Amino acid sequence: MLTGEGLVQYVAPETTKDAVAILAKARGSTHVLAGGSDLLVRMKGGYVEPDLIVDIKRIKKLHEVSKVAGGFVIGAAVSCASMGSNKALKKAWPGIVEAANLIGSDQIQGRCTIAGNMCNASPAADSVPALVAAGARAKIAGPKGKRAVLVEKFATAPGKTCLKKGEFVERIELPKRLAKSGDAYLRFIPRTEMDIAVVSAGINLTLDRKGIITDARVALGAVAPTVLLVAPAAKAIVGTALDDDALEKLGAACSNACNPIDDKRGTVEFRIRVAAVLAKRAAKLAYTRAGGK
Amino acid sequence: MAQLVSTKINNDPIQFVCEPQEPLLDALRDRVGLTGVKEGCGTGDCGACSIILDGTLVCSCLVLGVEAEGRAIETVEGMADGATLHPLQTKFLEHAALQCGICTPGFLIAAKALLKNNPAPTEEEIRYALAGNLCRCTGYDKIVRAVQDAAKVMRKG
Repeated sequence: MLTGEGLVQYVAPETTKDAVAILAKARGSTHVLAGGSDLLVRMKGGYVEPDLIVDIKRIKKLHEVSKVAGGFVIGAAVSCASMGSNKALKKAWPGIVEAANLIGSDQIQGRCTIAGNMCNASPAADSVPALVAAGARAKIAGPKGKRAVLVEKFATAPGKTCLKKGEFVERIELPKRLAKSGDAYLRFIPRTEMDIAVVSAGINLTLDRKGIITDARVALGAVAPTVLLVAPAAKAIVGTALDDDALEKLGAACSNACNPIDDKRGTVEFRIRVAAVLAKRAAKLAYTRAGGK
Repeated sequence: MAQLVSTKINNDPIQFVCEPQEPLLDALRDRVGLTGVKEGCGTGDCGACSIILDGTLVCSCLVLGVEAEGRAIETVEGMADGATLHPLQTKFLEHAALQCGICTPGFLIAAKALLKNNPAPTEEEIRYALAGNLCRCTGYDKIVRAVQDAAKVMRKG
């Protein structure tokens, strides 16, 4: 039985402006509803008791995936399933789309969103390391206007975000896709489907004509309180053609960045070791996708 | 505060009243009387409450009843055409793809959604597509075979 029955309010504004106005003056426990695959579970479990639910899915613009100045804009209400059926997005950012499509079953895919995945602020969120590796930004709408935050700065602790009163994430923006670039996301789970990452790695890189890495971003999931952007790991492979020595240094930098917990899904030692393995494999995949040989 | 929700369920215009925090699953069962929609877990893990919402397969436990305003819903109750069962229902019976039956409406709806997008799925594709539906009785093999067989019948039209 849900508590507070009869007192909860549900609103579904049709514009961002209206949503911000409602959120800004709301009192009590206020929750933004996109796909609902986290929020409804938390309500069912009694972890949250909303006074107000603001459904953003009636804002038409938030259902769009559009190409702007060579980059992509993904609305906060776009389901992960519809990301998967967007061929242009999949071609440009296969790592991000694969990460988004790893979340849950077909039933969940039809509802869940990457903006919601990010707002849930789990260190094990599948789409977040891929977004961090891509250099994606969250576009936030609020009472003081709009602001953009790099995805790696969005979550501040498990379950905590940088969102302020009255703000919500309107869309995710992916930067312009350069030639000879590729991304990849890999996770470890003890089964083939329907599980939460024990360790995960997202990598995005760009090559020059000779196959030398000119730019890279490396992100790790589920090995720290928030998803990590590991600059030393990127540094280890920039300027190389991803030879064995570079891969070893990449793995070592990743293991070194880990600050994981022990839990029923994996030990500290396991996570530290597997972070290196996954980062190396994801780097190879991203390198191949970028056209490297 | 309870809200009036206007929907189309299995092609019939249906209105119901529900609380804002009430899952669509509860509204369908308790307000509309469609008890083919089952509650297994209530948290999106088991798929027993699967429905098709505006053409998309979803767990009705992870949708609020009020979100269904203006939406079209398909449940297991709408699969048979009068006394004629849907090919998936016929093949589930023929292959004994159910025992206790509580997961069956969810499997039927998920399989229907799969075959609409992919009329000739491989065994692997069927297993992935139905990974969001749990069955404690059959061990899944009979379900997979029933779906393959139904797909064959449906392809012949």
